[in-house]
Parts: sequence; C-alpha cells; structure tokens
Amino acid sequence: MKKILVLMLSLILVFSLVACSKDDGGSDGGLIKVGVINNDPNESGYRTANDAAMRSTFTKENGYDANFYNNNDAAQQIATAQQMIQDEVDYLLLSPASTTGWDQVLKDAKTAGIQVILFDRMLEADEDMYVAAVVSDMAAEGKTAVDWLASQGLSEYNIIHIQGHMGSDAQVGRTGALDEKVAAEASWSYVTQQTADWSEETARTIVQSVIDAGTPFNVIYAENNGMARGAVAALDANGITHGKGGDVIVMGFDSDKWAFESVLSGSWNYMGLCNPLQAEKVDKIIKDLEKGTKPAQKIIYSDEPGFNCDTLTQADVDKFGT
Amino acid sequence: MSPSVKTPEAKTKKPEDSFFKRLIRQQLFIPIAALLLLVVFNLIADPSFFTISLKENSLGNPVLSGNIISVLDNASELVILAIGMTLVTAASGGQDISVGATMAIAGSVILRMVCGGQITSDTMQMNLFLAVLIGAVVAMLFGAFNGALVAYFKIQPMVATLIMFTAGRSIAAWINNNQLPIINDIAFKYAGTFLPGIPVPTPIFITVLVIFIFWLAMKRTNLGLYTQSVGINANSSRLNGLDPKLIKLMTYVILGACVAVAGFIRVSRSGSINYSRIAENIEMDAILAVALGGNALSGGKFNIYGSILGAYVIQFLTTTLYKYNVPSTALPAYKAVVVIALVVLSSPVVREKMSGLKKRPAKTAKEVS
Amino acid sequence: MQEGSVLELRGICKYFPGVRALQDVDFTLREGEIHALMGENGAGKSTLIKVLTGVYSKDGGEVRIRGIDGPAVIRSPQDAQNAGISTVYQEITLCGNLTVAENMYIGRTKGALTNWKKMNRDAGKILESLSIPASPTQQLGTCSIAVQQMVAIARAVDMECKVLILDEPTSSLDEQEVQKLFGLMRDLKKKGVGIIFVTHFLDQVYEVCDRITVLRDGQLVGEYVIEDLPRVQLVSKMLGKELDDMADIKGDSTAKVDMTETPVLEAKGLCSNAGIKPFDFSVRKGEVNGFTGLLGSGRSECVRAIFGADRVTGGAVKVEGKDVKIRKPLDAMKRGIGYLPEDRKGDGIVGDLSVRENIILALQVMKGFFRPFSRAKAEAFADEYIKLLEIKTASSDTPIKSLSGGNQQKVILARWLLTDPKYLILDEPTRGIDIGTKIEIQKLVLKLAAEGKSVTFISSEIDEMLRTCSRLIVMRDRKAVGELTGEDLTQTKIMATIAGGEAK
Repeated sequence: MKKILVLMLSLILVFSLVACSKDDGGSDGGLIKVGVINNDPNESGYRTANDAAMRSTFTKENGYDANFYNNNDAAQQIATAQQMIQDEVDYLLLSPASTTGWDQVLKDAKTAGIQVILFDRMLEADEDMYVAAVVSDMAAEGKTAVDWLASQGLSEYNIIHIQGHMGSDAQVGRTGALDEKVAAEASWSYVTQQTADWSEETARTIVQSVIDAGTPFNVIYAENNGMARGAVAALDANGITHGKGGDVIVMGFDSDKWAFESVLSGSWNYMGLCNPLQAEKVDKIIKDLEKGTKPAQKIIYSDEPGFNCDTLTQADVDKFGT
Repeated sequence: MSPSVKTPEAKTKKPEDSFFKRLIRQQLFIPIAALLLLVVFNLIADPSFFTISLKENSLGNPVLSGNIISVLDNASELVILAIGMTLVTAASGGQDISVGATMAIAGSVILRMVCGGQITSDTMQMNLFLAVLIGAVVAMLFGAFNGALVAYFKIQPMVATLIMFTAGRSIAAWINNNQLPIINDIAFKYAGTFLPGIPVPTPIFITVLVIFIFWLAMKRTNLGLYTQSVGINANSSRLNGLDPKLIKLMTYVILGACVAVAGFIRVSRSGSINYSRIAENIEMDAILAVALGGNALSGGKFNIYGSILGAYVIQFLTTTLYKYNVPSTALPAYKAVVVIALVVLSSPVVREKMSGLKKRPAKTAKEVS
Repeated sequence: MQEGSVLELRGICKYFPGVRALQDVDFTLREGEIHALMGENGAGKSTLIKVLTGVYSKDGGEVRIRGIDGPAVIRSPQDAQNAGISTVYQEITLCGNLTVAENMYIGRTKGALTNWKKMNRDAGKILESLSIPASPTQQLGTCSIAVQQMVAIARAVDMECKVLILDEPTSSLDEQEVQKLFGLMRDLKKKGVGIIFVTHFLDQVYEVCDRITVLRDGQLVGEYVIEDLPRVQLVSKMLGKELDDMADIKGDSTAKVDMTETPVLEAKGLCSNAGIKPFDFSVRKGEVNGFTGLLGSGRSECVRAIFGADRVTGGAVKVEGKDVKIRKPLDAMKRGIGYLPEDRKGDGIVGDLSVRENIILALQVMKGFFRPFSRAKAEAFADEYIKLLEIKTASSDTPIKSLSGGNQQKVILARWLLTDPKYLILDEPTRGIDIGTKIEIQKLVLKLAAEGKSVTFISSEIDEMLRTCSRLIVMRDRKAVGELTGEDLTQTKIMATIAGGEAK
C-alpha cells in the first residue's frame, strides 16, 4: 500500500515535469529554424515578460521552428549555443548571461553561416560577429532616472541605493549614472549602497536595517521594481510615508504593470522603463534578412522613457505595462 | 522526554565538577554563548541597537520597531524550518536541501488560490485558511515524496532532496503559468506584517505558536522517542515494533508542513513571489541552525530548542552585519567564518577538550559500570 | 621444508591489545591437497589467513613457501600474491560491470596498452581448462554467484598460485553450485595446487577435504587426516570438550511442563527470506527450550522468523491455539512475544538513549504514539527493573552505550520483562558478558519458567543450554535435524546430532 502511494507520488511528479517541458519537436520545411538562448524566466517579472514575448513570437504559426533554452549560467548557455550550431539553426538569438566568453561561439556560428542576433543583453565582441543587437541602453536609463531625481530640487539627497546582481548589464548602467552624480554633488550622499541581488526580500531587510539604525534618508533608488517593492514594504511597516507628497522618494525600473500602477496611484514616484519586448523587433529583423534587407543599424536601442507620478497616464500603463 | 532543555547530565554530575565544566557540557552552551557574544558586541559597539520604539505604520496601526524586533520577525521562517529540519536530521541522518524550493511551491500555490488564477487581485478569491491548507497539503505531499525516496528507496537524503531542490522552483513557476501573481488585499498581508491594532509583527506570533505545538507534541506524543530511536539504531527500533521507514517518512511530511507555514509567512510579507529568489539559500541556514543547536547532523539524539536558538543566532548575526553595512554579497563569507567557528566549538571533540582544560579528565559513566 | 609441502607456518603468534589472537600456531599445506581450517568464531581462523595474506603483520613465527629460500616475508597482499598465495573471499571482490576477461586480468596488464584480443583468448583458454561455463566477453554481473566465485578462482589460478585460500566460498551458493565449485577444486587439486578451505559446513568438509586443522582460542588443537577424525570428534575438538570430560548436568525442570496442554506458540513449516529450511516448532507454558547448532547453522534465523524479524515466506503460526499472522515484530509483541536479539549492539540497544528510554521502549511502542508514559511513570519502571536485575548504572538517565556489556544485556532483558511477555526468546543473552552475570541470567530464565512463562534460549555454550533447557532443537546447515529431550539431553548426544552423518 505504501509502495503504491510512493509510486503514485513519483508519477505525479514526473507528469508535472513532462507537462511543463512539452516541446514540439521536428521541423517542417519552409520554417525558419531559430535557437533562442535566454536567462531564467523566474528571475524577475521583467525576464518573465521578456521570455513570454519571445516564446509567443517565434511560433510555427509565425513561420519559425524555434528551440528555447533558459539558464542564468553562461557556461551552460555557451554549451547549448554550440549544440544549436551543430544542429544548424538558421539564426541564433542570444541574451547572454555574461558579457564575455562568447568568442568561440560567435566564430563557430560565422563559419557555419549562422546569423547571430543579440537581444536584451550585450556581450563584448567585434560588431562584425553579429547581425544586430536589440538591447536596452542601461546607462541611458540610469541617466534619465538621475536627471529626473535631480529635477526634484531637494536640498539634500540621502539615498538608499539597492543594487541588482553585481556585474550585470542593468546594474552597471543604472549604478554608473547615480555614482557619478553622488560623487559630483556635495548635497548627494549614500545612506547605504547594497546589492539585494534582485531579491525583494533582501531589499526589505536592507531598508529595515537602515530604519532600525535610525539614519535619516529621503530617496530609495532600487534598480528594479521587485526590490523597490520590498523597500516599500519596509517603509509601510514603519509608517514612513513615500511616493507623491511623502517623505521618501521611491524609484524603480523595468516594466511591470503593477509597478506602473504603483506610480499611477502615487505610492511610488518614478519608474524607469526597461522594455522587455524585443521579440517583435527581432522578428522583423529576421523577416527582413530573409528578404535580403540588412538592418540599418547594428545596435538597436529600445525607446525607454522614465515615468513619474505626476505625468504618468493610464494610456502609458496600458501601452507599456507587462 | 529526552529533548528537553534540561539535559540528562544535570543529574549525573558529580560534586567535583566545576561550574565551568558543567556549563560546557550542556548542549545549549554554544548557541547561548554565541547569542550572548552577539548581544555584548552590539551593546559595546552601539547600545542603540537595542532601542525599540513605538511607531505608527502606513495603515495607522501602532507598531514596534527596532533591531530586536527585526531579528525576531525575520527569523520566523528560519526557526520554523529549523524545527522540521531537526526532526528530519534526527530520524534520517541527513538533511532536506529542498526546503527553499518547496517554500516557493507552497507560496506559489497559496498565491494562486487567493488570486483565483489571475495575475493581480485586489481581494482574496478564496478563504485564506483554505488556501493555506491547500498549500500545506501540497508541501506535505512533496515532503512525502522526499521522505519516500529516503525511507523506501534508501537514497541519501541530500541526493533525494536534490531532485526537488533542482526542480522545485520551476514547478512553483509552472503552478502560476510562469506569471508573478500579486495580491493587494491587505488582509492577506496580516500574517507577514501586522494584525490591526497589534504592535508586534504577526510572524513572531506564528513562530511562537509553532514552537508551542512542537512543545506539546514532544510532551503528548512519542515523536521525540521514536525519531531518536530510529535515527540512532533503525534495526533495534524495528525489533522493538517501530516502523523506521514510516517514521522517517513522517518526519519529512512534518517538515513539509513547516515549509508550508514558512512559505506562507514569506509570501504574505509582500503579497507576491519571485520564484528563483524567494527563500534562496534558506536551506543552508536551516541546516546550520540545526548544527549550531549542538545536534549531530548524522542523526540520533536531538534538542529541538537548540535548533530554535541556532536559528535566532543566525538571524541576529545577519541583522548585526547589515547594521554595520557589510555588503550583502559579503554576508555569506562573514557568516561562514562565524559559523565555522561555532560549529567547530560545538563539536564533541573540542568540547571534550574544553571541559578537560579546567580539571583532570572528566569521569564518564563508563567507569561506573 | 618437508617433502611435498607447499606452505609451512611455524609458531605463528599474533597479538591485539589485550588479546592473544594466535599463539604458536603451526600449519602445513601439502601439494595437491584440500585442507580444511576449522574452528568456532574467534578461534583465529581469519586472523591466521590475514597473517598469511599480509593483511596483518605477525608478531612471531615464520612462513615458508616452496620455491622461496628461507622464511618468506609477506608484508602486503601484493607480497602474498607474488609469493603464489591467492585468496578468494566470501564476498565477491570483483567488478560486476566489467567483463569476465577484464576481471581476470585487471591490475595485471603491463604498461598502458592492453591487447584485448589476446586477453580474451587467454581468458577463454583458462575458463575452458577449468570448465567454467562463462564467456570471456560476458559481463561478470550477468553470471550466477557461483560462476562469479569460479571466475575469482580462475583469476587466482592464472596467477600461478601454489596456495589457494577459499574463505567461506560456499555460504551464498545453492547445492548445485556448491557441487560445481567442488568439481573445480578437485581439478585444481589434481594440478597440484594446495587449497585451504574455510567453512562452517561440516558436510562440505567431509565431502571434499583431505585434512583438517582445528584451531581453538587462538591455539592449534591439531592436524588430522580426514579419515581419522569422525565428526563427533571434530565438533568436540572445535568446542573444546573432550568426550570423556562431559558431565551430565541436566536440569530437573522438565518435569513441570505439561506436554498435553495447548502450546503457547506453535509453528508449522515456518521459513523466512534469511534462507532457513521450513521447520516445525512449539513451546508450552513453563517450558524452556532451545535451538542449538554451530554458528551459521540457522538457529538465530529460526527465532527471527518466529518473531517476524525477517520476512516470513511460508508456514503457519498458532498462538495459544489460534491462527495468527506475524508479519512484523509489532505483531509478535502484541501476541505477548519478546525477543532479545543476538547482536546486542546492532539490534538490541539504542546507544545514545538513556537506560530509562531503553527500558520503556518496547512497552511504549506497544502502548502507542499518542500515549507516552509520563516522566514519573517511566522513571518508576526504570528504577524498578534497575533494582530487580541489579543493573549497574549511575542513573536511569545514563546513556546505555556507556554501560558494560552485561549491564546493557540486562537493560534489554528489562525492556522485555516490562512488557510482561508470555513467551520470551533469548538469542545468545550471555555472549561476551562476565560469568557472574551469565549465571544470574540463567537463574532468571529458570525463574521465569517457574512463573509459567515460556522461554526459548539460544547459546553457543552447550553447558548453559543443558542447565536451562528441557528440549533442544538441533540445527545443521540451516535445517532442523533433530530434537532432543529427557535422557537424550547429554553433551555427547548433542554433539553427535550437531555433527550428523556417521554419528551413532
């Protein structure tokens, strides 16, 4: 009896695994064969939206025979890329987990006549090695955000800076702009500068510890929305007002719909848009390439404005929210 | 019952044993000493560490705030996990490394239930207790899966639970169709934040309740005797009428229940979930808590209160490090150093040496016979 | 060296802290003979073999091997192999996932390259010459245990061994497989190899061996040609009781047992997965009976089957006339059966738990998970039995593992007495404990019987069994071969039955 129970449990688990990894195998003639290498969709809401868009764009109905792979480990990504080159895909779509280490993959792809298109994340390589890169300009995002913050005209900026995963494209870009400003202005200073590794929970703990220490602060600059949310939870728990008309300015990044709504409701002050939806653009580039048209530019930046609680409209939320 | 705070030594002591020696031999000596050390360090470095102030939160409720409250509050999930982990360790002589991933599953299930399958919901679509109950059942089933692998298929606990450790977060994401559900109903967050009008964080109450339940279980059932007996000598236990496999399985199911409660607290703190980040590495802290409590990771005799203290020590340490602005990426390194020191100190070999320092070698009961 | 001998051991001594494992042992192995090395457990057989194969270094004496001038120096198993001594152990020590040929040549090829073709061809030749039914390229794991055992021997033979040691090779083989192995041994014997054969099975010794050397308590008893040593003699030499010395010390407790009453427990055709042949058994109120036989004869397995400690594979059991199913120990406990296991450390005590917890364990389990004894009640139980059995412990809180063996055994006894069993099985309750405690336990057994409880008593010491039991079931080769009562309960008769075969 016990054994049967055990067996059933094992079966349930196996089935659930099979269910979530259902993939259509086999390739029909006439389909464009693409290999998509992306990061872990569970990493953040941003990534979830990004991955979902890729998967819904590169479908059979849309003329693609696509193979998806998700991992946050660059070494695994590289191994899979090599496998995909072996499998002779037509296009290799890449969102690299690290900026380095891709030389061999790019070289092999070139030799095999496979076109590489980067999306969302850049890597360090000669421009000849890929056809196009559809990416976010993280440094520009940071600059837009810092400029907006400066425009608020506070007499003192005491900032809690919650960083993302250290060394990632987004963290480097968004931190760079703020670091520069804090170094340049006497009235700008960090209360604390800590990485929460994209974790909402860690962000909450960091802000709580600042509150417990009793150090005054008036800005929270969180490098993604999840961490901003964690920070706000700590503020709420301690009765510190925030957002429009509050004591603390709250800033986040990315494109989550709920975050837009927080800005719209005035609970947050600012959200820097980081558009996860590159799929459409990548799709267009491939379709053009198939017709023989090369993209006009190598690096295609998404248009990524910042939104604040004074100017955000419901129309923006509907347009950009994911 | 054996797993009580009074350790048996208290009775067998001979008069010539010094106070120091007796102290060292107590199983709880290390975690208590570590806690005192942290307290003293903070007292000297910055006495304001211990200030507790009464504030009003954004909902207008009076709330207590301060480092100590933060420690007690934030340690809740860890304490609850450490209790379950202690039982699993005792009975199966190994640890469940999938608790973080299973917490993600439990949290995901609860959120799916209260959101009614939508991505965002402003009100709970299901009775909260029912949702938590369903989450608990799911977590206990996964616990049973782990337990079955360990008990019936004789797979090493760490290897058996590696399966869920690897797959758990994907399963959690799959439960919500890879969406990140958000519940904005303030009532959902009561368990992770504050109940209206009560200034103490709710997780502290939940933790006290869980500890009380286990205290009761230790007193009113043979949980302690059975798990220890199976962990020390499964053959003997079987010949005395116990079913070692069933008991091992049971401890994993109990841990599953603990995981569900911890997962509920965690998602209730923010009303959302991040599958790959929620409760990341918490399994390591939970195992450390068990070790810090002076329990042998190879199973057998245990002291559940040691593990609970161990969990608080770890959280106290984390909070202290945050307070002194140690970069959170460097936290694990600091923790590792402190933990290595504590674990080495609590090893039987070192304690034997330490208690031998003061006087001539301790007489053991062996000589009595 | 003597004419015709391939191996001579002279005056071998080996000491372990506090123990003389071997004292002045001589042993001679001649060309082309199969020589049995006999003795009860602890007699020094395995120590002698380990000295010979270089696992242990000897503390005295010398080893001479044909072809080597002067005393041979054996410091490691490798040395032994080079000197022409090969050993095949009870457990297969080969690799099941390699082929037969690979197993035969593993670790013996010179250089990094292997000529697979040649290796397989050579292996094939050897297998053929020994008529071993295996192909060189077959995976070893797919062969039967007997063939694996034979491949191990083939490997040994191919290393041009002069001396082949077979350490309990037959314990996991069935009868047909044993015959195959014996055939191989006889072939090797013809080829001039000297074989040392270690076994517990007397029948096998008389079937295949030429000579017997008996050890007891680390000392040489003697070397005998097989025809000169009847089985009874062999058993008495192994046990250390000369036939003349055997005094009849039969107890007089037999009279009280009413053999017409319904048995407390009755088993018919009981057998278990531990490999015992189906046996019948019964025990009556107030009766003390016992299983006797050499070690490994299956006496423990019988009582384990009764208690449900091993998986019962057949047979019927009645308790006080009612049919019962005993699938696990708890079933037996609920029928009022208690079982003190043979392996005190492995199956008896729960080492880190206190004396008190060890005493209440069985009763507590019977009472149930949700009904723990109060601390006061548990302490009262523990104190009562500590006093009753005079258990020497600092307190009832002391971990049982820090008690002496005899006191640990008393705690286990207390555990079962506390459950107030109708029927108590004591498997080797007196092993490894001091003489005073032994007698206490024997007295206790008789006292329990007088109180109307039934007891099954197992001991390696026949004296002890004679003193306590009114009926003995004799086991040989995992089979019940006889039952002795009344007038038949003498050492002579018991030994004869144990030995079997030619006994009068």
